[in-house]
Amino acid sequence: MSRMSQLRIRRPWRLAAEVSALVIAVVVAFPLYWMVLSAFKPAGEIQSTEARPWTLSPSLDSFRRVFEQQDFGRYFLNSLFVASVVVLASALIAFLAATAVTRFRFKFRTTLLIMFLVAQMVPIEALTIPLFFLMRDTGQLNTLWSLILPHIAFSLPFAIWMLRGFVKAVPEALEEAAYIDGASRTRFLWQILFPLVFPGLVATSVFSFISTWNDFLFAKSFIISDTSQSTLPMALLVFFKPDENDWGGIMAGSTVMTVPVLIFFVLVQRRLVSGLGGAVKD
Amino acid sequence: MTHQATAPGPAAVTKTAPAPAGRPKKRRPSGRHGSRWTPWLYLAPAIVVLAGLLVYPIYQLGLISFLEYTQVQVSGGEPTTFKGLGNYQELFSDSQFWQVLLATVVFAASCVIATLAVGCALAVLLTRVRAIPRLVLMMAALGAWATPAVTGSTVWVFLFDPDYGPVNRLLGLGDFSWTYGRYSAFALVLFEVVWCSFPFVMVTVYAGIKAIPSEVLEAASLDGASQWRIWRSIMAPMLRPILVVVTIQSIIWDFKVFTQIYVMTNGGGVAGQNLVLNVYAYQKAFASSQYSLGSAIGVVMLLILLAVTLVYLRLLRRQGEEL
Repeated sequence: MSRMSQLRIRRPWRLAAEVSALVIAVVVAFPLYWMVLSAFKPAGEIQSTEARPWTLSPSLDSFRRVFEQQDFGRYFLNSLFVASVVVLASALIAFLAATAVTRFRFKFRTTLLIMFLVAQMVPIEALTIPLFFLMRDTGQLNTLWSLILPHIAFSLPFAIWMLRGFVKAVPEALEEAAYIDGASRTRFLWQILFPLVFPGLVATSVFSFISTWNDFLFAKSFIISDTSQSTLPMALLVFFKPDENDWGGIMAGSTVMTVPVLIFFVLVQRRLVSGLGGAVKD
Repeated sequence: MTHQATAPGPAAVTKTAPAPAGRPKKRRPSGRHGSRWTPWLYLAPAIVVLAGLLVYPIYQLGLISFLEYTQVQVSGGEPTTFKGLGNYQELFSDSQFWQVLLATVVFAASCVIATLAVGCALAVLLTRVRAIPRLVLMMAALGAWATPAVTGSTVWVFLFDPDYGPVNRLLGLGDFSWTYGRYSAFALVLFEVVWCSFPFVMVTVYAGIKAIPSEVLEAASLDGASQWRIWRSIMAPMLRPILVVVTIQSIIWDFKVFTQIYVMTNGGGVAGQNLVLNVYAYQKAFASSQYSLGSAIGVVMLLILLAVTLVYLRLLRRQGEEL
């Protein structure tokens, strides 16, 4: 907003807007606050019908139970491994592909771009059945690769689409100059283009990280008998019991699962916002 | 777009750059006119991965939907037989399928409308406040955005728990069970979906509003245009591409909601009252081993989303975007 239009918003209105912004922020943040709070509440306070928005005696019992009974540490590492491999692999593959479709003119280029766009829309959940048989036939069921491979494939189209804008933004004059100075194509790609596009890669990786970290359906369908290969979302559901849900355990597990994503988000949030702007405006 | 703008670039650079005199110039294919195979080399990994794990499964999905494929065939007890359109016939004559399809469309549409309304309203609100309230709201929204679907679902179920949840207490609803009734269960899932997906809309639309050059807005207000007129004649048309993107993205996301429904209504609600297509396909395939029926549902979903995508592509084309 320019200073002009800011001046024109009258005082009481701005104050009202600011108060409602803060109230909305509290409402939006409340579920997360409640999750963390409940994770630290002692068992007696959780199973009480007097739900208080604070606790005077925080305890680590729920976390202890989660890590001791459920081997959460192992699931956590599994989830982290899957998400990291997917983020790295899809970022590299998408970077190469985005370079190809923005820096070169070739036959079928537009067709490919449209296919990447259409591929983004494919509901991955609909492909669970054929992927299940594919994983079974290649012996990947119950391994982490059955989660990694499909997620790389599903992250790629969006990543390519989003990186396109970042690669485009690097002036072509720079490329010509590099070649004139005797840089090889490979050298230009990795030593000049890659660092310049890196912020875009970070923004893109948020999406692949989140979709992989959150994955529930594949984990539920492909990791069927070997629980040592389970990831976090599945482990969380163990605390849901038909008779009485262990809410303390569920909330502690949820907290453990949410915190890494929150950290990741806070670290990259600036790049995320500018990255999104770029991808959408482009 | 960039290409046209910078097209004269290379020539100009070649002229001004000092020519490497005496040094034998290696023949190097330049950026765009160069070797024909380089782009394909760069594309190869992406194409291999997508062909193996996206295109081939889609083909398989279609194939299975035409076969008789249940537990017996999977374990090799009986040979698979070709059923033609038999699975689709069975599906379309099942009243539950139509009920689920209707529920999916209505549920997704409500989610999209609610998400867009909340997201756009808050984006406008963000432009009206000073830095600190803006940062606070932005942070809260990023928190909601970052929350994994599974944990978001568990937390919202807990918030609305009839015995221990604070919401019923606050609203004085006693031990009203949100997940028991069909509509209240859908409403609960809708709250969670809107909560975790409005931030994307808010951040994107906010970025779009900020990208409108302030000179344009100043000029308009100097010319005496009213706030409404500025919105209608300047901001709305300039935001149109962004609104199209967020709308389509929301449709696609909300149409294939799985985790929230599965976790919050415990696999589709009491007697399957909260099933949506995605969960329905999963239950058919993996709970009752009717893989071919599940695949047929998958094909239906695929076709519906493909139709949405085609509309999107047409809109993009009409905006004259160069791919």
